[in-house]
Amino acid sequence: MEPIIEFKDFSFKYRAQTEDTLKHISLKIYPGEKVLIIGPSGSGKSTLAHAINGLVPFAFPGKIQGNYSVNGLSPAELGIFGLGKMVGTVLQDTDGQFIGLTVAEDIAFAMENDRVAQDEMVRRVDAAAEMVSVQDLKHRSPRELSGGQKQRVSMAGVMVDEVPILLFDEPLANLDPATGKSAIDLIDQIHRKREATILIIEHRLEDALYRDVDRIILIADGQIAADMKPNELLCTDLLVRNGIREPLYISALRHAGCSLQPETHPQHIESMDLTAYREKVKDWFDQVKLPVRKPDAAPELEVKGLSYSYIPGIPVLEDINFTIHKGEMISIVGKNGAGKSTLSSLICGFMRPDQGMIRLAGQDIADWSVKERGERIGLVMQSPGQMISKPMIYDEVALGLTVRGVPEAEVKRRVLEALRTCGLYQMRNWPVSALSFGQKKRVTIASILVMQPEIMILDEPTAGQDYRHYTEIMEFIRKINEESGITIIMITHDMHLMLEYTDRAIVIADGHLLADDSPANVLTDEVISDKAFLKKTSLYDLAHKCGIEDASAFAERFIYYEKMHPVTME
Amino acid sequence: MAQQSGKLLSYEQKDTWIDRLSGVTKLVFFLVWSITSMISYDTRVLAVMLILSVLILKGSKTEWCQVGKVFKLILVFLCINIIAIFIFSPYQGTSIYGTKTVLLPLALGHDLTVEQLFYEMNIVMKYMTVVPAVFMFIVATNPSEFAASLNKIGVSYYAGYSVSIALRYIPDVQDNYVKIRNAQEARGIEMSSKASLMDRIRNTSAIIFPLIFSSMDRIDVVSNAMELRGFGKLKKRTWYMGRPLKRNDYLVLVFTVIFCTAALVITFRNGSRFYNPFA
Repeated sequence: MEPIIEFKDFSFKYRAQTEDTLKHISLKIYPGEKVLIIGPSGSGKSTLAHAINGLVPFAFPGKIQGNYSVNGLSPAELGIFGLGKMVGTVLQDTDGQFIGLTVAEDIAFAMENDRVAQDEMVRRVDAAAEMVSVQDLKHRSPRELSGGQKQRVSMAGVMVDEVPILLFDEPLANLDPATGKSAIDLIDQIHRKREATILIIEHRLEDALYRDVDRIILIADGQIAADMKPNELLCTDLLVRNGIREPLYISALRHAGCSLQPETHPQHIESMDLTAYREKVKDWFDQVKLPVRKPDAAPELEVKGLSYSYIPGIPVLEDINFTIHKGEMISIVGKNGAGKSTLSSLICGFMRPDQGMIRLAGQDIADWSVKERGERIGLVMQSPGQMISKPMIYDEVALGLTVRGVPEAEVKRRVLEALRTCGLYQMRNWPVSALSFGQKKRVTIASILVMQPEIMILDEPTAGQDYRHYTEIMEFIRKINEESGITIIMITHDMHLMLEYTDRAIVIADGHLLADDSPANVLTDEVISDKAFLKKTSLYDLAHKCGIEDASAFAERFIYYEKMHPVTME
Repeated sequence: MAQQSGKLLSYEQKDTWIDRLSGVTKLVFFLVWSITSMISYDTRVLAVMLILSVLILKGSKTEWCQVGKVFKLILVFLCINIIAIFIFSPYQGTSIYGTKTVLLPLALGHDLTVEQLFYEMNIVMKYMTVVPAVFMFIVATNPSEFAASLNKIGVSYYAGYSVSIALRYIPDVQDNYVKIRNAQEARGIEMSSKASLMDRIRNTSAIIFPLIFSSMDRIDVVSNAMELRGFGKLKKRTWYMGRPLKRNDYLVLVFTVIFCTAALVITFRNGSRFYNPFA
């Protein structure tokens, strides 16, 4: 069979860069295959995807060496529009790629550009909408849709054309775990029904492997580091070495000293043969001893009977109660739209609660202004771009103090201290634009730390970050928590984050407090996980299949073990 | 998210014959109607147009909450306008109609004349014929269809689509603005009325720059997404929401042309744009 996509010694260098981003790639993908392309940020996996859909070199120009073909044709001759007829791309930004004013128009967009007649468009939109189950949403505007629904619309939008290749660029990036799971399932269904060639670009391997793939291509440093079947790849140490997080059950098996074999089908924990590993896992579980839990410190933030509604009669939050103690690191979790952001807005004072009370260190803060609260409770937004307004790092970090009229000498002392804490001291005179995403994130954290708040709220601190950057950011947050004793609240739907870095998870679902418990308990409880659109951790299945009753204790010991034995990435 | 209804100056689907008309028809009607009303000072013509305008607005089932605030604002400007005319040229009516019938003698050569009152009444009538047409056009034209309409009357589809894209992303930018403003306020950049006007103007940069930068990122994503799906490939494109002209559209178009031609003929028959009851 002829490959549908073929790269022969292909290299690409972006115009603005001095080094090749892709180096000597040779790769064949056959019709009907389902291939997962993984790699850390900056590895070149997106560039490879862009070479296939034509954004490289048509939207992002640069120099190509070597040969490549799509559907037997040369992309240079096809151009971006010609490639568009063969490759349908679903981008990771579910909101940004929604172009139409309504669902139906967005699905029809590609056909409109092709001058398809109106009655045919209506027919094909209906068929595509049905395929991804959005037929009842046809006249909704994007604002009325969830992230998962928007993604389905995008899928329908590329499937209205009979494209032979479907390319999914980080389909899990903006979705909560349960929605991500159904997205992977939907891609699998499309693969079966359409017999299309499917390419999935991801760095969240465990979630992407929820349904079978034929091959995994691991890209590292612009080259192909592995091109293997999933069962084989999972048994190597290539993933960890290249900054990709292994599925948690695989890591646990390794910690227990098991040497993994492809014949045991490690691709899915549900169907994996654990006979050979069971005893080792049990032994390991008995060996790991957890430290004694520290007693709770004094209450720092108390939320009592909090309710809020945008439209009278439809509460977004109802009777929320919890207490956060000094120096704790906790997560507030729940699906998008569950009321997590509303909760943080109420705490920061952007909105006033209908009922209930918020106390900070025993004091009712109802009368405090946003500015007054901001001195004690700092908020770090999801994207650094939403906060940074000064061109220079020093000025940006100093902003909160200068507007408060703090004397210049003190501003300088505190800014330099915050920059030191955040590892930015060397760069204090740099412009912000010279920094990487992770460093910008640290600038925003420094600009909050400089005000010496007692509590710091971080909205999705690791959104869109690969394992390496995720670990970097989270280890840094843990360090400032341990060193300065600042209380940290993270709003997230990243299950790894809550499991690995927080002592407690406050779970909000449909405006109610569903659970206030250890993350290990939450993520091994099927009912709570389901209701909160989380996903039960694979550690639960591993524990049960190995005959360990207390899955939560297993998860907790796993986390503790990982903390004590941090992985080293190249 | 709940369906937000009755939003100011936003399209809402209503089951009326006006709603069912094509966007082209509504656009042509709106343009021709407004031009006619701007040209004509013939009180008889304006009176008929005024009555028709009100009937059309009624027929489109426009609700007060969709246009009320804007209507009040227009009234304020209208009042300022007619007062200003009286202050700056109190004898405009007299010079137009050629007679001077003093109704109320005021000081400093500012006598209130019947002619002036009549002239200013014509201006009020002009406003009142155009405003309902504007409202009807904005509130009863599906924005998606609007781009299609513009394209049909010969405007490049790039222009039409940029209107559409703007409508699509304005709410997102607004949301982002609120988020950024809140976060900056928590850092101490006061934007509420507590801060002085100068401070607020200065502080705007702390919100505007992050807003512009995050919007720029968005533009990149959108333009790539559009290009990947073939936007700009051909010289012409079709429209999912485009409506072909139907019998009612032709009727309205024919009526508009006949009515407005007649209105202008009547207006200019006496050699000027004004109808003179004083002669």
